[in-house]
Amino acid sequence: MPVSSDILNVLELSGVTKRFTSSQQTAPALHEVSLRVRKGTVTGLIGPDGAGKTTLMRLIAGLLVPDSGQISVLGIDAVREPLKVQQVIGYMPQRFGLYEDLTVQENLNLYADLQGLPDAERPARYAELTKMTGLAPFTKRLAGKLSGGMKQKLGLACVLVRPPQLLLLDEPTVGVDPVSRRELWSIVYRLVKQENMTALLSTAYLDEAERCNEVILLHRGELLGQNSPAEFSRQIEGRSFQAVLPGINKRSLQSRLACSPGVIDATIQRTGVRIVMKNKMQPDAANLPDGIRIEPVPPRFEDSFISLLRDKDGYHTIRNVPSVQAAPAGSSGEDMITVDQATRRFGSFYAVKGVSFTVKAGEVFGLLGANGAGKSTTFRMLCGLLPATGGKLSVAGLDLRHAPAKARARIGYMAQKFSLYGDLSVQENLRFFSSAYGLGGDEQRERIEWALQEFELNEYAGSTSRELPLGYKQRLALAAALMHRPKILFLDEPTSGVDPLARREFWTRIAGLAEEGVTVLVTTHFMEEAEYCDRLVIMAEGSILAEGTPDDMRARVQSDRLSDPTMEDAFIHLIEEHETARRPDAVLAKS
Amino acid sequence: MRFLQNPDPERRAGRMRMRGMLRKEALQIIRDPSSIAIAFVLPIVLLFLFGYGISLDAKHVPLAVVVESPSAETAGFAASFEQSEYLSPQRFGTIQEAEQALIHHTVNGIVWLRNDFEEKLLSGESAPIGVIINGVDANTARIIEGYVNGAWTSWLQQRAAAHAGTLNIPVRLQPRVWFNAEMRSRNFLIPGLIAVIMTLIGALLTAMVVAREWERGTMEALMVTPVTAKELLLGKLLPYFILGMGGLLLSIGMAMWLFDVPLRGSLLLLLLTSALFLVAALGMGLTISTAARDQFVAGQIAIVATFLPAFMLSGFIFDINSMPAAVQLVTRLIAARYYVAILQTVFLAGNVWKVILLNSVVLVLFCVFFLGLARRRMVKRLD
Repeated sequence: MPVSSDILNVLELSGVTKRFTSSQQTAPALHEVSLRVRKGTVTGLIGPDGAGKTTLMRLIAGLLVPDSGQISVLGIDAVREPLKVQQVIGYMPQRFGLYEDLTVQENLNLYADLQGLPDAERPARYAELTKMTGLAPFTKRLAGKLSGGMKQKLGLACVLVRPPQLLLLDEPTVGVDPVSRRELWSIVYRLVKQENMTALLSTAYLDEAERCNEVILLHRGELLGQNSPAEFSRQIEGRSFQAVLPGINKRSLQSRLACSPGVIDATIQRTGVRIVMKNKMQPDAANLPDGIRIEPVPPRFEDSFISLLRDKDGYHTIRNVPSVQAAPAGSSGEDMITVDQATRRFGSFYAVKGVSFTVKAGEVFGLLGANGAGKSTTFRMLCGLLPATGGKLSVAGLDLRHAPAKARARIGYMAQKFSLYGDLSVQENLRFFSSAYGLGGDEQRERIEWALQEFELNEYAGSTSRELPLGYKQRLALAAALMHRPKILFLDEPTSGVDPLARREFWTRIAGLAEEGVTVLVTTHFMEEAEYCDRLVIMAEGSILAEGTPDDMRARVQSDRLSDPTMEDAFIHLIEEHETARRPDAVLAKS
Repeated sequence: MRFLQNPDPERRAGRMRMRGMLRKEALQIIRDPSSIAIAFVLPIVLLFLFGYGISLDAKHVPLAVVVESPSAETAGFAASFEQSEYLSPQRFGTIQEAEQALIHHTVNGIVWLRNDFEEKLLSGESAPIGVIINGVDANTARIIEGYVNGAWTSWLQQRAAAHAGTLNIPVRLQPRVWFNAEMRSRNFLIPGLIAVIMTLIGALLTAMVVAREWERGTMEALMVTPVTAKELLLGKLLPYFILGMGGLLLSIGMAMWLFDVPLRGSLLLLLLTSALFLVAALGMGLTISTAARDQFVAGQIAIVATFLPAFMLSGFIFDINSMPAAVQLVTRLIAARYYVAILQTVFLAGNVWKVILLNSVVLVLFCVFFLGLARRRMVKRLD
């Protein structure tokens, strides 16, 4: 079939179903997905981990064969003629598909050869791409030595070497700092406009949906809807409100509002709590605390996504916030974590350089930063897993240099990716982690019972943790970290990849723990989650750029141009300030 | 140069893709110290280990000689052991002392002449000699047994000559060792070792580098480019073929000039048959890589399915004819077996065409089978 240039729909899927039979794989199936992508648009494929985004991308790229249904890419049947499809699309897989031991230029050369770009056209195209991505000064650098954001842009440049008609980007913004994320979006829009491309990109960040012309919502392999973000928002017009109650902790206000009748979503946002109501319901002032101020706000995409998910999954609240039954924490105001001029060097590279902060009992303290900013290294030092090269760190009054094991016994630690034993059942995992912390006999039985009850894991008690949905894995990991009633909880990227409902539930639990006096230290790359912290630091290249409450951070960047900045605005502003201070010649892409 | 000006755009694009794949692989090999290590450092280590460290020859084996009542006859007998370069005898007065020495591993065997040895010998009775050998290492034990037998036979001959009579042995053994006249184990170990080295480069290294592409997510990126499955395979095959031939030349050079292994056949024949085996090994590596998507699994499969058989079932160290019949059947499925036969023939015997051709034909079958299997299984799909 000839590729006609005036096709309106660049991509058409009808009734596509894909199942994975292997018992090892928990990859999602796609069920009867039909959709269309119009020429010249930027379409976002949005859904949490496990929704089937990657499977859908791979089907379109001809890497997977659907069990049933049709996929047509620019009029070519992707099932029968994958090679032809591959000649007209550009596909950037997760992790960008770069050869880290090749230089920037060598990666470009390779993909130019593979895409069949004639030698004569190369110098001009290379110049154009490296200029657009800001990689021009680094062409001789090994790809492995680039920062996360630069890798992402190189990955994109490699896909674009020979301009594709359809650009598929699979989670291009995961693990990349907000500055690079903004740059990527502006590049994609420029491409669509200047080179007449169509872009389909998947993301787990809901706020990115608003940047798309059109959004495809995917949840557990099913299509929840396809529309423009504005249309999604319009559907729930009049149901979003902002509630402000001065003088009360925002976290406790949030958990109270979340339990109020008719509220389907409550998130901390800026100075108050954003709530979304059920259809045809208004916030009921009688049931709300005195002095609360509730104003209608324009809906955003995320509100409608949550609303759609609630319709689908039913409404589920945590009625009783789990009680850790923690040993009485130190009197409030006591320093639980002290980091003083901590430094960690690997060879000549400083992963953490002169970092200082203190966390008081019952505080939720956040470490924010892009990949490679030094968050995880700081964490490992605080857990006594990595000795500091210099400086002093103490946890619960114990110096980690002298008593790392004793300090660890007071910490609950939830590692990135949850580090559970996939082959063990939920019950066995809990038994293992509790005995690892020295629990036995009646006490252990009682704690396991508590964990199954409070985290609503009873129905999964016998299934292996590998089979659990991600949200349940996260619950189990948190339960495991709390078995020994720690006073201090360390959470390393606890919500990464988890769907928005599970994330909300998670934060409700954390708020409950903080209320009981548990001190929480958390890293996250979701900027809006920083709002749940009492105080936070923003890190870049191993040092702290700023410290303060979320309000402080936003206040720092408030200006006439940006009257109501978000956490992400604040973060980007601080990073850019840092970059320009460090290299005055740095070229920053305008967003 | 009509070929280069071929106007067919698809063929031109195909050549361009091959160029990209080959250049990329070459750069990766040069930059990755582990490929160089497997292709060149490992062969050197193995060659040194087998060339110098491991020897199946028994030389200067410590042996206890117990003479309970020394006399002229016993002195002559004991002296015959001293003449042998394979044995280094130590004298003991009593069997108890000698047994202690055997237990403490200071000697590997005992030759025991009792009190009545001379008396019986002179009276014409048969005079028994006790021989005790440490049988823990059966191989060495058998060798010692042979040497001791040899030593006392030569003593008997000398004695007969001295007594101006002829020894009454109706059959005389006149051993003549062919192909490896000095019976140096190095001479057959090192050619066989080349098969192991080629397996390492062809199968293990290749399976691991493809698995690495899966692990790092680059394979997925390659697959969505217009590159064909055939080009993907060739892009891995050619660079590692060259690397393997490099390892081969290094091994042959070291064998000939460092370890003085004779090369009696033709070098060209050796290179050609080695190329054949290398392609078969690459085929195995690529087949493994179509099944294993992380380096750990690929490495495990390659070691169990290719490296260990090449080591143990190829006749490189252990003689196939002395294996149980069932195991002998299994060795027929091991490509390295045919290559080891060729290697040992070309190095030690020369161009014995019948052996070489027969084994080469089998190697060709292996090449066709594994390359075909890899090609069949190499699909540009992820499921």
